[in-house]
Amino acid sequence: MTVTTHEPTTAGRFGEFGGRYVPESLIPACLALEAAFREAWADPAFRSELDHYRTTYAGRPTPVTAARNLSAELGITLLLKREDLTHTGSHKINNVLGQALLASRMGKTRLIAETGAGQHGVATATAAALFGLRATVFMGERDIERQQLNVFRMHMLGAEVVPVTSGSRTLKDATSEAMRHWVSAVEDAHFCLGSVAGPHPYPWMVRELQRVIGDEAREQCPDPDVVVACVGGGSNAAGTFAGYLDTRARLVGVEAAGGAAMSSGSPGVVHGSRSMVLQDSHGQIAEAESIAAGLDYPGVGPEHAHLGTSGRAEYRTVTDAEVVRAVRHLAEREGIICALESAHAVAWVLREAGTPVLPTGSTVLLTLSGRGDKDMSQLMEGLR
Amino acid sequence: MTLETHLRTAGRPLLVPYVTGGITADWTDYLVACQEAGADAIEVGLPFSDPMLDGVTIQQASDRALARGVTPESILDDLSRTTLRVPIIVMTYANLVLRHGIARLAAAGVSGLIVPDLPLDESAVLEAEAAAAGVDLVLLVAPSTPGDRLREICERSRGFVYAISVMGTTGERETLAASAATLAARVKAVTDRPVLLGFGISTPEQAAEAGRAGDGAVVGAALMRRVLDGATPADLGRAVAELRAALDLGVSPGTPHAEVSGHRG
Repeated sequence: MTVTTHEPTTAGRFGEFGGRYVPESLIPACLALEAAFREAWADPAFRSELDHYRTTYAGRPTPVTAARNLSAELGITLLLKREDLTHTGSHKINNVLGQALLASRMGKTRLIAETGAGQHGVATATAAALFGLRATVFMGERDIERQQLNVFRMHMLGAEVVPVTSGSRTLKDATSEAMRHWVSAVEDAHFCLGSVAGPHPYPWMVRELQRVIGDEAREQCPDPDVVVACVGGGSNAAGTFAGYLDTRARLVGVEAAGGAAMSSGSPGVVHGSRSMVLQDSHGQIAEAESIAAGLDYPGVGPEHAHLGTSGRAEYRTVTDAEVVRAVRHLAEREGIICALESAHAVAWVLREAGTPVLPTGSTVLLTLSGRGDKDMSQLMEGLR
Repeated sequence: MTLETHLRTAGRPLLVPYVTGGITADWTDYLVACQEAGADAIEVGLPFSDPMLDGVTIQQASDRALARGVTPESILDDLSRTTLRVPIIVMTYANLVLRHGIARLAAAGVSGLIVPDLPLDESAVLEAEAAAAGVDLVLLVAPSTPGDRLREICERSRGFVYAISVMGTTGERETLAASAATLAARVKAVTDRPVLLGFGISTPEQAAEAGRAGDGAVVGAALMRRVLDGATPADLGRAVAELRAALDLGVSPGTPHAEVSGHRG
């Protein structure tokens, strides 16, 4: 196995991936953010304040649940890291509490965010309410249609939701629009990016804020054979993997078959960093297609591109049909209705358990990144 | 003649209209019209699916061109077949440039390149490639660019320095931002390279202002909105001629703005 470096270079590179491909207008903001995060992350007062909100507000640490019925059925030991039990219902809150605290520390008064399934938008709106900031969330029109519950939650929390009508009207275009808006609002607004994507320092900063998942899991389950998580941009996977990079554990990221940047993409630059990207032969960014709005994204975080090309992690795909089956199967066997995004990881385990890919007797740590409430109306439509 | 030499010897405030490549089947007629109406160079956009620094007008123009099925290759092929006296500067995003390379641009007769999502920190590889291909890689400065960085951008930019007049995306605006003149003055203080102001320059009056503050103007959205609304090459030529006249008038001695005319060697 290739030895990999887990810290980005000063230019924000993980191997050949990463960097800072943004307009000159945004460079000072990226540099200021990096400096502010470095300083805050090294400051025990900041860390302890963040820990305070993580424990008393977000509900950390989250437990690891042994999935006893599925384990018996599949012949493996399946352990679920329960990010679905956090406040707002997904791992997104880990990142957003950190960024919102940082934004306040930097004197910003507004948060700008992009969202696909709406979980990051809800988390951003939540943290904005908590810390007295204004929130503007960009969301593709198509995602607004299929995630109405989360749109309503954002409105309840006092956030402004801006429909994005360009392109595929999904997360890709919401991200582009949020970045365009950031250029004009950079003075008083912090771009609260929701994944390990974007220009440096975001991929590194968001991973550091999400590594609480992996660090906790490592304590709770020190020596799994396999660590598996779903990957869109890849923040819950990056946070989980961070806790196990120096172990012998196999790291597996599971993508949507219709939005698999690692499996079907090629190196390219989108939304501020060089990574693996779904694109056509001319270099136009392709439109990803997934039942899970949160995975409907044509790129992946640059650290994943590096982990994949260096061989430290592997990336696999599952189909929408497998995902819907996985949601039902987990619900029926374990009494847990997970998000469509998280169900990608579950679907991979259901498919591969007992095969040479995932042999009988393996211990598997799976990050259940979020709960499925938001997907109920979509599933009702689909199953009707 | 390089782009920079061409611009330096123009002897008048510079006008660089922007046209989205492939916006119509006969889109190169717009380039000819711009040239005949007094453009000093023409910026041609290679449409990208996710233009991070473009406002709604240029986005729509890009989408329309892409929907017609144009590709970077088809646009460059069109350019190769078009004879123009003025230099062509291609504007496109990093993903397309990194994929297609700069040699192909040079082969199509392109003399300058603007990549809005390729800041100084990421530009070294393309700077070398551009120099080898004889293409001027134009770098951009923004109102937010601090002094040391601004100086380095001006040193490394080729052709001209593109001054983004406002913290925002491309698009028409009511007035020229106050940041435009401030930024132009900061750039002119550290370089003798031509300084063109762009972003939000919509009217002849604003163009004249840009000509007084810097060395000229890039005008994009205001022209492309007309094209989206159905303007013919002749219509576009008339709009460019108005900009030309305002720029020329704006710096002539005896005009209301003579006090800021300045020297334009």
